[in-house]
Amino acid sequence: MTSTAKQPKPRGRRQLNKHIHLAAHFPGVNNTTVWTDPRSRSQIDFASFEHLARTAERGLFDFFFLAEGLRLREHKGRVHDLDVVGRPESLTVLNALAAVTERLGLAATVNATFNEPYETARRFATLDHLSGGRAAWNVVTSSDAFTGENFRRGGYLDRADRYTRAAEFVATARELWDSWTPEGQPRPFAHTGQHFDIEGEFTLPRSPQGHPVVIQAGDSPEGREFAASAADVIFTRHGTPEAGRAFYADVKGRLAKYGRTAGDLKIMPGVTVVLGDTAAEAQERAAGIRRQQVSPQNALLTLEQIWGVDLSSYDPDGPLPDIDPVVDSGLSQGRTKRGDPRAVAEQWRALSRAKGLSIRQTVIETTTRQSFIGTPQAVAAELDEFVQSDAADGFILVPHLTPSGLDEFVDQVVPLLQERGAYRTEYTGTTLRSHLGLKEPVPPAREEGLTA
Amino acid sequence: MTASTGRGLLHLAAAVDQPDTYEADPYLTLTRLAERGALDFVTLGDSFGRPGPDALAVLSRVAPATARIGLVPTVTTTHTEPFHVQAAVATLDWVSRGRAGWRPEVSATEEEARLFGRRAAAPAAELWGEAGEVADVATRLWDSWEDDAEIRDVATGRFIDREKLHYVDFQGATFSVRGPSIVPRPPQGHPVTVVDTTQQHAYDVAARHADVALVNAAGPAQAAAVRAGLRRRAAEYGRDPDALRVLAALRIDLGGGEHAAVPGHGGGGPLPSDLGPLYRGGPVDLADLVTAWHRAGAVDGFHLTPVVPRRDLERLVNGTVPLLQHRGLFRTFYPGSTFREHLGLARPANQYAALAGDLS
Repeated sequence: MTSTAKQPKPRGRRQLNKHIHLAAHFPGVNNTTVWTDPRSRSQIDFASFEHLARTAERGLFDFFFLAEGLRLREHKGRVHDLDVVGRPESLTVLNALAAVTERLGLAATVNATFNEPYETARRFATLDHLSGGRAAWNVVTSSDAFTGENFRRGGYLDRADRYTRAAEFVATARELWDSWTPEGQPRPFAHTGQHFDIEGEFTLPRSPQGHPVVIQAGDSPEGREFAASAADVIFTRHGTPEAGRAFYADVKGRLAKYGRTAGDLKIMPGVTVVLGDTAAEAQERAAGIRRQQVSPQNALLTLEQIWGVDLSSYDPDGPLPDIDPVVDSGLSQGRTKRGDPRAVAEQWRALSRAKGLSIRQTVIETTTRQSFIGTPQAVAAELDEFVQSDAADGFILVPHLTPSGLDEFVDQVVPLLQERGAYRTEYTGTTLRSHLGLKEPVPPAREEGLTA
Repeated sequence: MTASTGRGLLHLAAAVDQPDTYEADPYLTLTRLAERGALDFVTLGDSFGRPGPDALAVLSRVAPATARIGLVPTVTTTHTEPFHVQAAVATLDWVSRGRAGWRPEVSATEEEARLFGRRAAAPAAELWGEAGEVADVATRLWDSWEDDAEIRDVATGRFIDREKLHYVDFQGATFSVRGPSIVPRPPQGHPVTVVDTTQQHAYDVAARHADVALVNAAGPAQAAAVRAGLRRRAAEYGRDPDALRVLAALRIDLGGGEHAAVPGHGGGGPLPSDLGPLYRGGPVDLADLVTAWHRAGAVDGFHLTPVVPRRDLERLVNGTVPLLQHRGLFRTFYPGSTFREHLGLARPANQYAALAGDLS
């Protein structure tokens, strides 16, 4: 109970505290997923998705989250083979999960570059109908010609156009979701904009949530502005409490000019948690997981992604290369870049020199530090503090094991959050909007067909 | 399993389409009913041009709540990226543990084209040509992972053996795909492709790519001729005709009594209607019709579309199916677990694995 004592704002009774929102990220194609552990199971079998989704629902989570992949990642011109590879298509998995869960929100990442608004809006509206109001859409964009080789559209979208397309895409989807009359009659729509020029009738009535929940992932200024204007949830990077509060204040501060209030956009960083019976045991387990996450082969590969050249002759247990990185070498494809490679290389070399770290140790140190490490009590207190101090509204938990990676958290941390009065003890509504405390979108009262 | 005369196993399928239905339960109810009758599969239609939910999504929602029955959504290929089409169908196979099929369909209207605003409407014949290419690239992408590509080799740190992943480098008339798929090879190898040849211009796609072809016929003699023609065309494409199941499409109106409203109708042929051949009568005479056509070797089975969805499917499952089972013509339980097993179709070999074998 001391964790909120230093709150600057005056607070009422404990139960008036913010409730933490929680989501479960399925650990699939991700370099933090440990597949070498004997407990690791298939990232494809439906049983794995069912296990994690049921665990999340048992823990009264707001939603279950699936990432997207549209092209297998490559390294040195070949399919990357050191991390988990392959995944099923997200919306199809979520429709199936709707059959084995009752309240849990179901979020899919769907790219606004390689899809069209009409079909995407239709697929999410269908999920919302079939799940009784639990659908969420994580909107991402890509400008990547590499991924484009799998599609008619190709990859020609300029970087600058990504957010304008995404914004218009979401706005168009909402026009479609709004297009039927409240009485359930189809009504024609027409949209003309920079990216889309479409008209006709939507094939579904207004769905249980009105609009499926929209999630935006990304921390760039354009991403923040897009989220402030159009998203219900922002999936952000986790950092220090100070950085979290600054981000939170910045993004929430952008809402007013769109006629929105602070409660209309939930900020949920992606986080990792390691538990132990004692603080020391938790630290030891965390270090063990980090070693599992960075095999010697993966350490060299991580370095090659930054240096942009073949480093296979280097010893992962030896020092970092003295040579400078080659910028934009194209050695690695289909991954998020880590920023200016020369600056990153310099930082890493400095760290390695200062602490006497090998290549593998440096990669472990810089890429895999878990967000919350400690006893269940300590982690519950820290999570609560993070939210009560307005560094976040909740968390998207990214476990390292498929599919059992959240079992401990749900069994040990969730009850403590509930005891603290910081977390729901039951689902009070049936829709994801109700879990997140988001308003129902008001259907437009227009008599005639929609025009852009 | 199926003799060339067609007098092998009888296969039965039913449509679970219901107008103005957007929630899951009514679809689940009908699919479970069909599964109680041990039917091979259910179909669900789809079109961007009329109200209705995404059919593949509906059958994904139904999959975990059913155990054995095949699930065949219509998937349109005109406005959806081929890469997305194949990934969704493969995923339906994963979530249903080997029970997925798909029924390709085209979107030929100007109204549908305007919903996307990307391409002008094109003639159906042209779009069926493209649908054939989508079916082709789909099987390539399903094969782009060999079954044993995932190795999880801790010693070398390798999750997959990338020698067992393949670029497809498909160049079609209107699209190209590099590959490999993002989805590992589905449980059935290739989910079952069902082609409705009652759609004009779909005939060639059926002969080339279908595992199951749906045909219109007014009587057993005509059905036998259509079936023979399709098998011949399949053979011309280098396929084994015994790997093609030909089902007669029949709308059924079982609202009357036990017997056909039209005397002799049950043992004879169905009546023509705007939407294809229609049987109107009782479940007993429907069993006689199915028996007569099957004994004549006219077709491998029937795809039945209830005119009144719940009523007619109930009468089919509770009336017609037990008679066919009693006559030893139809299964009383599912001996296999995958849709291909119900159809008596082998799990296809991987075209890329075979190629690697030839080179070695």
